[in-house]
Amino acid sequence: MAEPFLSIQHVRKSFGATTVVEDFNLDVAPGEFVSFLGPSGCGKTTVLRMVAGFEEPSAGKIVVGGKDITRLKPNQRNVGMVFQAYALFPNLTVAQNIGFGLKVAGMSKPAIDSRVAEMLDIIKLPQMADRYPYQLSGGQQQRIALARAIAPKPKLLLLDEPLSALDAKVRVSLREEIRSIQKKLGITTIFVTHDQEEALSISDRIAVMYGGRAEQVGTPFEIYNRPATKFVANFVGTLNVLEGKVTDAASGKVQVNSQEVSLKGKLNGSKSGDTLSLALRPEAISLGRQPGHDASLSGEIAEVHFLGSVIRVRVGIGGNTVSLDTFNNSTTPPPVVGDKADISFSSGDMLVLH
Amino acid sequence: MKTGRFWAWVVFILGAAYFFIPLIATAEFSMRMRRGAYSFDAYQIVLGDARFQATFMYSVVAAIFTIILGVLVVVPAAYWIRLRLPQLRPIVEFITLLPLVIPAIVIVFGYIRMYGSNSPLPFLANDTATNALLVIGYATLSLPYMYRAVDTGLRTIDVRTLTEAAQILGAGWSTIITRVILPNVLIAVLSGAFLTFAIVIGEFTMASLLNRPAFGPYLQNIGANRAYEPAALAIIAFAITWGCMSLIQILSRFAPKSANRPN
Repeated sequence: MAEPFLSIQHVRKSFGATTVVEDFNLDVAPGEFVSFLGPSGCGKTTVLRMVAGFEEPSAGKIVVGGKDITRLKPNQRNVGMVFQAYALFPNLTVAQNIGFGLKVAGMSKPAIDSRVAEMLDIIKLPQMADRYPYQLSGGQQQRIALARAIAPKPKLLLLDEPLSALDAKVRVSLREEIRSIQKKLGITTIFVTHDQEEALSISDRIAVMYGGRAEQVGTPFEIYNRPATKFVANFVGTLNVLEGKVTDAASGKVQVNSQEVSLKGKLNGSKSGDTLSLALRPEAISLGRQPGHDASLSGEIAEVHFLGSVIRVRVGIGGNTVSLDTFNNSTTPPPVVGDKADISFSSGDMLVLH
Repeated sequence: MKTGRFWAWVVFILGAAYFFIPLIATAEFSMRMRRGAYSFDAYQIVLGDARFQATFMYSVVAAIFTIILGVLVVVPAAYWIRLRLPQLRPIVEFITLLPLVIPAIVIVFGYIRMYGSNSPLPFLANDTATNALLVIGYATLSLPYMYRAVDTGLRTIDVRTLTEAAQILGAGWSTIITRVILPNVLIAVLSGAFLTFAIVIGEFTMASLLNRPAFGPYLQNIGANRAYEPAALAIIAFAITWGCMSLIQILSRFAPKSANRPN
């Protein structure tokens, strides 16, 4: 990575005896869009609030553009932030809200008016300048909050679950809009979310957090396809986990419910006799033996859920249940519960969880 | 259902009668100064009395200073407690209720003992200082109303997020309080201010014992020596109080509407 624009170094945060962030490290390149993804209480918002200056780290430092900002007050950091609850000032119009930071910075009225008009154009709400926040929908309010955050041209943009309070349709359109504005302005952005689809769809990189630590930092492709830990594998996407036992470490043979699969080259460090957790994404599994798939297991259809374009099938293999999705085909009836069935996959798609 | 409604009306009429009959009787009596005819003579005498005008103006000025002092003390205190010290709220609420429990006469005797001319803070040494002490005393008496009004106003907005939103946009504490917090609780502050005004206008004990020319002692003096004028004064004082309440109602319609509810 080139010289990082934002560098979070060995940051720890404790509230009394409770440590909520533990040795958190992250470098963010200029103009990069990084998401903090994790369940509630994993510390993602606390890290964001430390970058914003609302919380002071118990240890470690935060550097932005080469300057240590760890002890600076929030109003001295030149950072923009969008909150989950919009946080528009109810007594001010849309234009006054967007111009708030500019006025505080002492800009002249014509300059403020011009920048506010520019921002309203960017968020595609030019006709809303004189409205009050209560006269806007949730999506519009959050757009205004975004415009207000970027109007003073901050060095860094922080988004704290900005889409959580919106309905599903608005959420999808607004996240695309946020990403497009971010790319257009080239502003380095940290986005906090617990929604994996959101994180996967708009991020350059994702930091998956758990228990106050970054479990894995990587591109959405890496996070989804090569999860580094069991938690990441389980948290991101749907995963089938099978317990297996190494029968021959040298040749990569693993026994899954008395059936053998070959995982050559994937068992680094495992010895014969070790038990392993093996994981497969539903989309990597096919019903029946398919050409190109070098591994297969036999079982029985346990459940069939018709979802329209997709049919979700659960196949019982010994004590495990494996989910897979097949496309609906109007000429082929769905599988029947209780039927014997084989599933096949490429052993290269199987993940060994540590 | 109809029986229920009947009894509801009976209770309402009895309650209204309990409230309005003395008021109507007082108003009627205040207009009987001229024998055999209703007139506003008592009102003319009262309103034309130089002492009425002087004491009323004195109390109005005292009320304005009390409101300013109350706002300067209560708004930042209530804001800070909501923002940073929520654990102190029960204690502060208790303290603000004390003026309802401790009689004004006890407070004012305390003042007289504490701030006499030999005290390091000789509030009673001259008129200006005594006026200041009276305003401080009034601010204490109105504390339960002012604090509750402001605290209720703060409850309707997301104080913490609005503060953080303003901070991250570069605002300092004074900007946050004057441009974000105060405008959003202004109606609540005004409610507290009008309640304070109503209390100060009619207050007797403190003004009397500190020997200040306020409206309360004047009311008492007129009541002790005249027949019709006290009734007229009672109606005037009642009208002022109700005027304040009506203003609160009217102004509350202009309160900034909260937009923090996600749709």
